[in-house]
Amino acid sequence: MGKLFAVVLILITIISTVFFIYHGPDNILWLPIDASAHGHGVDHQLMETMYGSGFLFVASQILLGLFVWQSTSRPEGWKYKTFPGGAKPMVVSAILLVGIEILTLSFVGSKVWAGIYLSPAESQALPIDVQAGQFAFYFRYAGADGKFGGIHADKIDEGSGNFFGLDPRDDVAARDDVVVASLTIPVNRPILLTMHSKDVIHSFYVRELRLQQDIVPGLMIPLHFTATQTGRFEIVCTQLCGLGHYQMKAYLDVLPAGKFDEWLKQQEAQQ
Amino acid sequence: MEFTAGHGHAGLMEESPYGIPSGKLAIWCFVLSDAVTFAAVLFAYGYLRVGSPDWSTPFSFSPSILNGIVMTFVLLTSGLTMLAAVEAAKAGRTSAGTRWLWATCALGALFAVLHLLEWRRMIEEGWRLFQNPTGGAVQFGAAFFSVTGLHLLHVVGGVVALLIMALGFPSGKYNRTDIEVTGIYWHFVDLVWMFVFPLMYLMNAK
Amino acid sequence: MSEATAHAATHQHTAPTGFFRKYVFSVDHKVIGLQYYGLGLFAVIIGMILSWLMRLHLGWSTLAIPGLEKLSPVGAPGNVMTPEYYLSLMTMHGTIMVFFVLTNVPFAGFGNYFLPIQVGAADMAFPRMNMMSFWVTLSAFLVLMAAFFVSGGPPLSGWTAYAPLSAIGQDAGPGQGLGQTLWAVSIAIFCVAQLLGALNFIATTLDLRTRGMSLARMPLSTWAWFITSVIGLMAFAVLLPACILLFLDRVAGTSFFVPSGLVVSDRLQPHTGGSPLLWQHLFWFFGHPEVYIAILPAIGIVSHILPAFMRKPMLGTRVLIGCMAAIGFLSYMVWGHHMFVSGMNPFSAILFSVPTLVITIPATIATLLWIGSVYGARLRITTASLFCLGFVSVFISGGISGFFLAQPSIDTYLHATYFVVAHFHFVMGVAAIFGMFAGTYFWMPKMIGRMMNESLGKLHFWITFVGVYCIFMPMHYLGLAGNVRRYAAFTDDFLVPLIPVHQFITIAALVTGAAQLIFLFNLVWTRFRGPKASDNPWQATSLEWSTTSPPPFDNFGGKQLVVHNEAYLYGVQGASGDYVMQTSPETVAQD
Repeated sequence: MGKLFAVVLILITIISTVFFIYHGPDNILWLPIDASAHGHGVDHQLMETMYGSGFLFVASQILLGLFVWQSTSRPEGWKYKTFPGGAKPMVVSAILLVGIEILTLSFVGSKVWAGIYLSPAESQALPIDVQAGQFAFYFRYAGADGKFGGIHADKIDEGSGNFFGLDPRDDVAARDDVVVASLTIPVNRPILLTMHSKDVIHSFYVRELRLQQDIVPGLMIPLHFTATQTGRFEIVCTQLCGLGHYQMKAYLDVLPAGKFDEWLKQQEAQQ
Repeated sequence: MEFTAGHGHAGLMEESPYGIPSGKLAIWCFVLSDAVTFAAVLFAYGYLRVGSPDWSTPFSFSPSILNGIVMTFVLLTSGLTMLAAVEAAKAGRTSAGTRWLWATCALGALFAVLHLLEWRRMIEEGWRLFQNPTGGAVQFGAAFFSVTGLHLLHVVGGVVALLIMALGFPSGKYNRTDIEVTGIYWHFVDLVWMFVFPLMYLMNAK
Repeated sequence: MSEATAHAATHQHTAPTGFFRKYVFSVDHKVIGLQYYGLGLFAVIIGMILSWLMRLHLGWSTLAIPGLEKLSPVGAPGNVMTPEYYLSLMTMHGTIMVFFVLTNVPFAGFGNYFLPIQVGAADMAFPRMNMMSFWVTLSAFLVLMAAFFVSGGPPLSGWTAYAPLSAIGQDAGPGQGLGQTLWAVSIAIFCVAQLLGALNFIATTLDLRTRGMSLARMPLSTWAWFITSVIGLMAFAVLLPACILLFLDRVAGTSFFVPSGLVVSDRLQPHTGGSPLLWQHLFWFFGHPEVYIAILPAIGIVSHILPAFMRKPMLGTRVLIGCMAAIGFLSYMVWGHHMFVSGMNPFSAILFSVPTLVITIPATIATLLWIGSVYGARLRITTASLFCLGFVSVFISGGISGFFLAQPSIDTYLHATYFVVAHFHFVMGVAAIFGMFAGTYFWMPKMIGRMMNESLGKLHFWITFVGVYCIFMPMHYLGLAGNVRRYAAFTDDFLVPLIPVHQFITIAALVTGAAQLIFLFNLVWTRFRGPKASDNPWQATSLEWSTTSPPPFDNFGGKQLVVHNEAYLYGVQGASGDYVMQTSPETVAQD
């Protein structure tokens, strides 16, 4: 039965590995396209880790299976063998191999991470205000005056569509703010989102942008990126926020520059 | 209590690496754990204080800080009486030990009473867990009452333990090790106050 | 010898009489260990049923599940689960499994039973406090179970109970009223029980070792229980105040975790100035060591059992102890890796990532030591050894995915997806459980005095081993595809095509779950029909095999054992048999 264990283990290893390489019809079991300027860094990091850990995974499972196979049909009275070198090669190889791998991954990975989250947005980034709430996202553009109106929690009224709690009567800057339910942006232009929540913690996740950021009530969280492909993508909430969490989503529409300008002019005219 | 398990089995048991009875080892572990609990609560206080734009510092010298100084003095003295109780117990002087236990118990009770009086004064001024009469951050009340409340709970627990010890020690129901264990706990409670007083009172002085 | 018996006799508590003293309010660590085990068994059955309900709903979200409406008319009208009830079941699943199964059985269950015996003691250092620990744990369990039956039902904020969702109260959603409060109270009570238990384990390990049982000679399982207790002492000490502060936010109007200006269910909340991130810091400072509390006993148990079936000592026993200690120590430095995208300063992410990756080193060393130990062994296949070998395999699988999640740049994509679900289920929901199974099949003869049925055991192993890979390996692919977790159903265009994968997982889960009935049947069969076990059916060396099966109430019948040898003298040439027991005075050339 030990030999059966070895065989089953190796089969499991092979089948598991297959699906990390073959991603199903339409690549359904894999990451969607990368539509962001920084995404290649994330994907590269992921692939490096995949190769390194994939090797470790396959090698260790097969080694385990091999040793089990060898060890199960030994006769009574057989004198056991100690792995050559004893525990030392294990300690040394773990420290060296894993140590080097994690040093490299950390070094490169930190650069990728810093590029997304620790670098300041470009000065000409298009600012968009994002509000998350149970169970929808709303987006706000500054309008022709380029200024965002103030937000007043006590003025929030979903019924009348005042999602942000704006006060256009007393606040001049708020009068031309454009509030929409999907995020429309121009391609190849830096975007700066400022995100806040009106109730509980939500999260902003766009797979194709390789971006995820929790939206925490009480905080104004910046997130900047540049989309490099046009198309429609999903923005989904990934932080458990209540019963509607699974349906909380918005669309990200990335338009060619000209079309975006048209769209924005149209929206501003409607305010 | 089975404090003497592992003690006095010369030759039959392995030496404990710390050479102390289990009861003392256990109370030290408890103290370590409880210190982490207080650290967590104080961390929460610090985190909220640093993040707050309108933190209050309402404690004037009289009566608040003065009261705090008196309370500190009372608690420190009770630490001394506790030391005396433990010494007397170790030397076999039971009646002296008992007297010092009663003194410690009384001082602890005095601390608790002074504390509760202070709470009553603050509550009368309008302080609550969720309310700040000066209009600043409400977290002040939450932090103050929960931190000092947690400590007060430990003081009261200690007073009860000292009471039980003082009643049981003369008859031999509890022995010198039990007194030592209670002492370790009491000194810990004292030590926590030496953090609470500066962090909660002095840092929030006017 | 007579001095020894007389001395030991003064410290014996007399054998308990009467049903209640023997089986209910017992101070005997063996009974308490079995009580914890029984509680864990009951809890895991409930936790597993919850997971079946969840999986059924995920595969077929409009499915009417018979009987569900009886359990909750509001949560499942017409027997169809509402999204909020899914989240409630999910919250209870996680809470029950992490606390009442994974922290309970390998540590409190087996540890209570075998720690005193493995060090040669007659009982724990504080038997009455030990009994109290169990009853406090049981109380915590009952308080948690009450959440199913109160109006509003169980909480839906996940076992992680992030604020403000968990702190606001009823306005935040169904289950967020009394249900969430009961959750906070239950977990706070549980923390107290764990702290008392940890005190007992530490004092017993350090103080009650019999003569000759130096720390270096202690079995690996004892070391694991000892290190776990030290971790637990400080981890639960943080969760306790966190739950108390959450409780205060909920019932006393404080705002520890709730900022101002929140509009929930159209109502402006009265709180001001609190911080949701504070909850996360406190929770995960506990939460990360907690997962090592869940896995270390299993590591110790597997490392203890394997030598008996390899007929050779573990490669690097002392190195393994060092690995366990290193993992325990490092576990306190990594909590922020649960919070990379939480809104905390992104620079901290880099700081937390480094020790997280460093922890992979002792874990890798341990894995290599297990694999290297099997080399050159004379392996005996029993159900216990199969679960040990299976443990190594699933520990590898679960550990590898950790490599990805430890890096913030990758976590930005994989956070909150099924990749994370795959990771923690492999290490906690499978590896730790395999450790429990291995322990059960190995130690049941000692605890009950009867041998378990090996054919049923092996059948149980095979279905479970293949089953867990079918359940959890596909979750990695789902995660890479961007399948978000904690979703009650998959309704958007992106996720709908992945539903067939979920259905496959559900079927695998149901089959694997059904296979656990074999295990339960085996337990019952063993109790009544199992062949009587000898004192040492596995020819093993540690002290539990130096006494009867089951042991007498004082473990060794009044004898004070003297230990002469280290714990894993197997494959010894020239010994009577191929092994030397720890109590054997046979001197053997130990090289």
